[in-house]
Amino acid sequence: MIEVKNIFKSFDGKQILSDINAVFEAGKTNLIIGQSGSGKTVLVKCIVGLFSPDSGQVLYNNRNLHGMKNSEVRLLRSEIGMLFQGSALFDSMSVLENVMFPLTIFSKESTKAKLDRAHFCLERVNLKGVDNLLPSEISGGMQKRVAIARAIALNPKYLICDEPNSGLDPKTSLLIDELISDITAEYQITTIINTHDMNSVMGIGENIIFINKGIKEWTGTKEGIFNSSNKTLNEFVFASDLFRKVKEAENFAQSQEG
Amino acid sequence: MILDALHRFGEYVLLIYRTLTWPDRWSVFVRQTFREITKLGVDSIGIVLIISLFTGAVICLQMTMNIRSLFIPAYAVGMSTRDILFLEFSSTIMCLILAGKVGSNIASEIGTMRVTEQIDALEIMGVNSANFLILPKIVALMVFIPVLVIFSNFFGIIGGYIVATFTDIITVAKYEYGIQSYYKEFYIWYSIIKSIVFAFIISTVASYFGYYAKGGALQVGKASTNSVVISSVIILLFDVILTHILLQ
Repeated sequence: MIEVKNIFKSFDGKQILSDINAVFEAGKTNLIIGQSGSGKTVLVKCIVGLFSPDSGQVLYNNRNLHGMKNSEVRLLRSEIGMLFQGSALFDSMSVLENVMFPLTIFSKESTKAKLDRAHFCLERVNLKGVDNLLPSEISGGMQKRVAIARAIALNPKYLICDEPNSGLDPKTSLLIDELISDITAEYQITTIINTHDMNSVMGIGENIIFINKGIKEWTGTKEGIFNSSNKTLNEFVFASDLFRKVKEAENFAQSQEG
Repeated sequence: MILDALHRFGEYVLLIYRTLTWPDRWSVFVRQTFREITKLGVDSIGIVLIISLFTGAVICLQMTMNIRSLFIPAYAVGMSTRDILFLEFSSTIMCLILAGKVGSNIASEIGTMRVTEQIDALEIMGVNSANFLILPKIVALMVFIPVLVIFSNFFGIIGGYIVATFTDIITVAKYEYGIQSYYKEFYIWYSIIKSIVFAFIISTVASYFGYYAKGGALQVGKASTNSVVISSVIILLFDVILTHILLQ
């Protein structure tokens, strides 16, 4: 479980996050949603320790990340898998070498065991026959899957995803969402996904936090979104015609049942 | 501007402090270092060879034309060609050229890794990204640039030899006599010592500009240009300092 308590963060005097409190449970896909510039990425970077908050705590199973010694942070980070918006695969390494990388650095197992683990992770994300290709030689969706394979190589306890569907077509986005959701349930990982893709929210959002202008405005489940009276959340969620019509249909069905 | 310069110097020192630690995995470090030696060093042999050969030839030609006098012996051409190559060209000028070729390569590679979040990915994994990325480059250049400098000395001398062989402005015998006259072994060491210091400057300054690059492709290009300009200026400054210390 990851818990953030009273997180404040500002850059050059501009307040980006104000008093953010949230609990991200293990075995669930926890989503942070909000408009571009709302502070989602800053919050995620505070959670993983790439940014230090001005005040507040980030607790990993009750261990405060920002109060740890360097050696403890290093150990904790080996328990975190992160999926970046642009995949962040190492350009100079092949697909297999990318997945092997965390194992090479941290695992003390034999080379064969590491190779087996890397192949298992690649198969888990449904990738075969791409071991020796460079990241630039595979599609964006495949790059995301390689990044997921790399993120789970060390059996992480925590999986953090920064806009995993960015730049992907709806069908591939769905595949990535399902993959993350399946892996989360299978390994009981604490997963945090930062997204503004409403398809993801409706598909895999088990615990959703809505951030607006650096303030946590709403928290709940995907079912709760339809019944929420929060004006800003409704403006954000139902900005597209499609979701407006889905809500109308939902309301109509409820009135018929009533 | 002064505050900005001090801020940057502080960042540079902190980066070097983070870089100069024991590697997480020695096997990975050794492999990375050999890769860097190949990529940054061995791949530069061609350009070093060509530039040194032609520069040696030109120095020999110019010396012949400029010191043509009854009072100066002809072998002085070989001697001065050798000393110019050993004392200044092969160490300083060659390192300035390498600051352009190798330095821009390092800055753009690390800069691209920064803007595509590859460095963040390393940090999240608990890897000391500065140590992992920069230390192999520093070691590779400090090991291999002196080798390039020795190549440069040798091929520069050969350039002069070619001029002596194929023209009639100086005989081969006098050129050969000249390059052996008043030879001081310390000049070789002087050029090697300078090249080791310059290798450190090239690798660390270029890495600094790449590591702190922000934005996109444009900023990476700018970081690459800045690294070449700043490392060239620092090399020239240290050239004066080292010459003063080592030759006085």
